[in-house]
Amino acid sequence: MLSYEAILLLIVLGIAISVVFVLISKFLGPKNPNARKKSVYECGAEPQGSARKRFPVKFYMIALLFLLFDIEAVFLYPWAKLFRELGFLGFVEMGIFMLVLIVGLIYAWRKGALEWE
Amino acid sequence: MTITISHLLVVSIVLLASGLYCVITRKNAVALLMGIELILNAANLNLVAFSRFVTGDIDGQVFALFGILLAAAETVVALAIVLQVFRAFDTVDVDRTDKLRG
Amino acid sequence: MKVPLLSAMVFWAFAILAMASAVFVAFSRNIVHAAFALLGCFFGVAGLYLFLSADFVGIIQVMVYVGGVLILFLFAVMLTGKIRNPEKSNPSRAIPGGLVTMLVTLGLFGYLAFTTPWQVLPTVPTGPTTSQIGDALLGPYILPFEVASVLLLAALLGGVLLAGGVRGRSRLTGNEQDEAPRDSGGNT
Repeated sequence: MLSYEAILLLIVLGIAISVVFVLISKFLGPKNPNARKKSVYECGAEPQGSARKRFPVKFYMIALLFLLFDIEAVFLYPWAKLFRELGFLGFVEMGIFMLVLIVGLIYAWRKGALEWE
Repeated sequence: MTITISHLLVVSIVLLASGLYCVITRKNAVALLMGIELILNAANLNLVAFSRFVTGDIDGQVFALFGILLAAAETVVALAIVLQVFRAFDTVDVDRTDKLRG
Repeated sequence: MKVPLLSAMVFWAFAILAMASAVFVAFSRNIVHAAFALLGCFFGVAGLYLFLSADFVGIIQVMVYVGGVLILFLFAVMLTGKIRNPEKSNPSRAIPGGLVTMLVTLGLFGYLAFTTPWQVLPTVPTGPTTSQIGDALLGPYILPFEVASVLLLAALLGGVLLAGGVRGRSRLTGNEQDEAPRDSGGNT
């Protein structure tokens, strides 16, 4: 029934190796911390302010559009897998599906939901 | 080891019960919607489990797919409504958004 | 069905992950923690789908729920929460009634799950499911499939209209008193 043991083994090994390496460097490495060494380096910018402040709503708008077109992409996968067998009829059926959603995309576009500013 | 459909049903029952508890007790509308997500997940898990153990065909999984779609559409609109409620009442406490109550 | 010990351990690992996260979502007092526990629940359920060799649904569960729905929930938490005190960001009421409902649900459905004589198949079907799902979607389920696109359209229009209204009005009223430091241009 399970044919995913290899993937599972990969996940377990990936987690185990990274955890083991972090632990090894934590227990064996010498530690002489100072302010410059403890700063964030090569890992992006210094965080500014609290992460718990309110976000601008445009992030929500982008996430909303992403989720809906994510769903659309989900339904494209099985169609793509069967594209040759379904032929033109399948193309038309999926075309109707896409068309309805493209209407929504045009609406969102005209409404300015895709603009960042 | 034997794994029967009852074991899968136990998982979905725990999800359903947690979701119900969430929906009944939460004051925050966003947390309440999290409970609804748990309930929908329980339903989808049941559909897939029965399609594998009992009917043996693909219909249950197609239903689960539509269930996922419905959950996503519901989340999009419901959370947008919650945002509007927050604009209007400055709170998402479902007990305090009672302006329409007679 | 009979499975090897390793597979059973995998099943129980995912099952316990899903159940523990669900209970944590129900009882957590911190809504940000609850949102992240929801992540564990979605992953656990996705693992169970893979265990049932419903591979397509499992991957879709990860893509849609973890990649989309959870992000929306996190944004909604960040957009609405006045999380001055995270420990009390998720208040509850009617806890006795909720607990009674939960226990009755667990007992009743648990009893049914273990006592009903399910007509299970002798062998559980396995194998990839994507083509079968495609055949079903574009064959017998073509009408629900097209209606689903209309539903998505409705959700898109509703979501853009409602969330866009939030944006338009916030520029006019500027209802941001409780938030003194705000980077410039973040509100438009």
